[in-house]
Amino acid sequence: MKEYKTITEISGPLVFAEVDEPIGYDEIVEIETPNGDIKRGQVLESSEGIVSIQVFEGTEGIDRKSSVRFLDETMKMPVTEDLLGRVLDGSGNPIDGGPDIVPDERRDIVGAAINPYAREYPEEFIQTGVSGIDGMNTLVRGQKLPIFSGSGLPHNELALQIARQATVPEEDEEAEDDEEGSEFAVIFGAMGITAEEANEFMDDFERTGALERSVVFMNLADDPAVERTVTPRLALTTAEYLAFDKGYHVLVILTDMTNYCEALREIGAAREEVPGRRGYPGYMYTDLAQLYERAGRIKGREGSVTQIPILTMPGDDDTHPIPDLTGYITEGQIMMDRDLNSQGVQPPINVLPSLSRLMDDGIGEGLTRADHGDVSDQMYAAYAEGEDLRDLVNIVGREALSERDNKYLDFADRFEEEFIQQGYDTNRSIDDTLEIGWDLLSTLPKTELNRIDEELIEENYREAEDAETAQVEAE
Amino acid sequence: MSQATDTDVSEDGVIDSVSGPVVTAADLDARMNDVVYVGSEGLMGEVIEIEGNVTTIQVYEETSGVSPGEPVENTGEPLSVDLGPGMLDSIYDGVQRPLAVLEDKMGAFLDRGVDAPGIDLERTWEFEPTVAEGDEVRAGDIVGTVPETESIEHKVMVPPDYEGGEVVAADSGNFTVEETVVELDSGEEIQMHQEWPVREARPSVDKQSPTKPLVTGQRVQDGLFPLAKGGTAAIPGPFGSGKTVTQQQLAKWSDADIVVYIGCGERGNEMTEVIDDFPELEDPKTGKPLMSRTCLIANTSNMPVAARESCVYTGITIAEFYRDMGYDVALMADSTSRWAEAMREISSRLEEMPGEEGYPAYLAARLSEFYERAGLFENLNGTEGSVSVVGAVSPPGGDFSEPVTQNTLRIVKTFWALDADLAERRHFPAINWNDSYSLYKEQLDPWFRENVAQDWPEVRQWAVDVLDEESELEEIVQLVGKDALPEDQQLTLEVARYIRESFLQQNALHDVDTFCSPDKSYQILQAIKTFNDEAFEALDAGVPVDEITAIEAAPRLNRIGTTEEYESFIDEIEADMTDELRDLY
Repeated sequence: MKEYKTITEISGPLVFAEVDEPIGYDEIVEIETPNGDIKRGQVLESSEGIVSIQVFEGTEGIDRKSSVRFLDETMKMPVTEDLLGRVLDGSGNPIDGGPDIVPDERRDIVGAAINPYAREYPEEFIQTGVSGIDGMNTLVRGQKLPIFSGSGLPHNELALQIARQATVPEEDEEAEDDEEGSEFAVIFGAMGITAEEANEFMDDFERTGALERSVVFMNLADDPAVERTVTPRLALTTAEYLAFDKGYHVLVILTDMTNYCEALREIGAAREEVPGRRGYPGYMYTDLAQLYERAGRIKGREGSVTQIPILTMPGDDDTHPIPDLTGYITEGQIMMDRDLNSQGVQPPINVLPSLSRLMDDGIGEGLTRADHGDVSDQMYAAYAEGEDLRDLVNIVGREALSERDNKYLDFADRFEEEFIQQGYDTNRSIDDTLEIGWDLLSTLPKTELNRIDEELIEENYREAEDAETAQVEAE
Repeated sequence: MSQATDTDVSEDGVIDSVSGPVVTAADLDARMNDVVYVGSEGLMGEVIEIEGNVTTIQVYEETSGVSPGEPVENTGEPLSVDLGPGMLDSIYDGVQRPLAVLEDKMGAFLDRGVDAPGIDLERTWEFEPTVAEGDEVRAGDIVGTVPETESIEHKVMVPPDYEGGEVVAADSGNFTVEETVVELDSGEEIQMHQEWPVREARPSVDKQSPTKPLVTGQRVQDGLFPLAKGGTAAIPGPFGSGKTVTQQQLAKWSDADIVVYIGCGERGNEMTEVIDDFPELEDPKTGKPLMSRTCLIANTSNMPVAARESCVYTGITIAEFYRDMGYDVALMADSTSRWAEAMREISSRLEEMPGEEGYPAYLAARLSEFYERAGLFENLNGTEGSVSVVGAVSPPGGDFSEPVTQNTLRIVKTFWALDADLAERRHFPAINWNDSYSLYKEQLDPWFRENVAQDWPEVRQWAVDVLDEESELEEIVQLVGKDALPEDQQLTLEVARYIRESFLQQNALHDVDTFCSPDKSYQILQAIKTFNDEAFEALDAGVPVDEITAIEAAPRLNRIGTTEEYESFIDEIEADMTDELRDLY
């Protein structure tokens, strides 16, 4: 290993150095500053005689006399099952004061693409205990379903709730007989979140004992921005190892993807690349795809990787390049809504623009319940109609509307107050969720339920008299 | 992808710099678009720029760890595909490596530096010559046949760059694709296997105007916005509007002989669904597996970007090869926006001056070159074959004014505009009838008159007029309410509703409704027209519009689509409607 003292230029996160041997693209570099600090970096461009290096820990303190060592390997993540329960920084070094990590293997962090031919189509329902997701936008194992949020919205609470509650219903039963049945792991990759947010996460993990089955990667807001480009890759490499080698069902939460994309833009700008939309690099689609596509199942292997990336949409604008490109890669999105949030609805999920593309194959008889699809369709339609009518009410007032319209308005209100609203500590089974659905749908006349199979209506519709008697009894 | 062996023109070079998928090499003696093997791992790449001594290469595989000084080996051949029997029923990546073979070789993850031929070189095929000794053959001529799959007979042709001559040997028997099956007196030997550079259209005698429709079995497409065999169409749609389902319906039900389906930069799980689903589907015409006439190309969004750029070319070259045999081929590309983005990405790595929204200035040229390879052709061997191209476009944020959509619209002649509003209202297929168009209508009218009904164009025009009137009336209704309209306009709205609900809407998931023959489409429209005519008679005779719309037979129109024995069902409805309406006055 050669050491160079040939830095020619330092600019933002980049360092340029002259070399007299060939250096590999993506190779890892150590830079030692005159006062003995060691900073790590990665080769961004390698040409004959000169390399450009992006420094993860920032370039402060580096001067032209600093020495540069090339480690002759690309970035690797030491993986082992013992990582469960550990807290690491954004570059993968332990920060929990625990023992050193003794890796089983060191894996390249730029994962290879899964051969579409070797994938198994995801169709196993994950119960998150959140009605807005389970009932209306069902998550399945191996899916990538991002949360589209905005600044100041409680996306972290929702992510934590999902991490805490996510189970696969059938396995619950097995788990009762067999204590070892739990093979669920959470990988948490934080990019540029504030120390306060980080504490919230850590407190919650510790309080609920979730830390034992988690691996946490923390890049905080005051950590170097460039490091954020490797954090999700370390997290996903660990996830793939636990899922496809060790058989865990891994849930990966990445927050906040917006910070990740900002870091990409920063590097792009420092390299003087031709920018694409809004200054983000032209390769952002491919770059994001290389992260998001590392979710899925593989034929003949036990585990799965399910991803819930969180992103805050700048200006709540879903046509901004970050949410837009994400939406084209992921299998749907969960939308957080500012209005619902200010009304105090927890979690403030707006189901209308939300979508789960893999839902249809993950629900129904034998998977969730036979009436799931119909109930969800009908609630979508009824809530959408209620929403439309709200605009009208603002103009003409409620009295001017027909009785039917008023029922839809009531439905929309109760849908938000009773179905979506549940608080962050309530864990609803899919049965509970669908029963609340039927309670609400039964406030509409039977004839309005045109998306539900008649037999299912007969079976589940609560007749008005019953409701009235129930009320009388209650009084 | 073929392993090129011939190296006389090549001169090896060394890597100068590496930046993502773009590598430059010095001292490489190569021509534009030559395929090269980069670095000690031999990663496949293609020459895309030559400047002095420096050659720029786009690499089809991940370049981590590749360093300057490593060798670059030139194959001296442009990026080509292997053509021959065995392409149907196959699933390829963007550079024609069979995904099943790759899985065997390197497991579930796509490793790099692994090459695999596009067609199986070991397998033997039963060759039956159609020429005898002494016959004169020229380039492109068919010299024999091979039963490639249950439904498709593969034709073995003289490669287009051969001179031709007299046949001196032609035997039937079992051969591998590389064995000679026919020998000519010119010394040329014909194998089942050919190679063709992907960026070059295969030659033909003449391109003609299409006159036959590609029957899709979808009412709104066949009825209002038909696509010709050899035509081009675009399906733009914001995410969630049913673009992929629409493409897949076409792949399943269109009456093309061969279907080439390109998944370009799409989701891995979605591709897996296609890969799982297609082999289980039956071809409605032959009852044989649909895969036996289908070739799938899957290049997901996380596979190397350069291979995404090339996958549409790989697909269309395979399509042209079957066209040369005299088949009608339908090619679906989902999505061309991802292809355009791959061009943008590589262009920005080359630091080219960007055009609109960062896309390279040659975007429009590349798109039109690609769509121009569609058409109805007279082939070199005298047969007639066609390639129809249906490209999906994914406009960012659903905005149709962006460059890819706009440049595509300037080329294609059929436009099926998917609409998120319709999709939200669960009107499927969500093809907006006001925004969509087809410029093939007049060309195809004679065919429809002859094969469906003499008055087909008139009936269609009537439906379009009613729908137009509806959209005008809808604006008034929003202001004053439906009841304020005159009675005849109220009745028009009712007729338009039936056109939308029983004709335009079609349930892709229903066993019967998923496919609708042109005859059935016509009959449904005729039945609605019967209602229209009788209803207006009644209105003229003074019957109030409420009574007319309340008749019991009319709502049954909505069930024709899902009824298998539609003819008797329609007769019954028409008779009942007429009786009921005439009883009113």
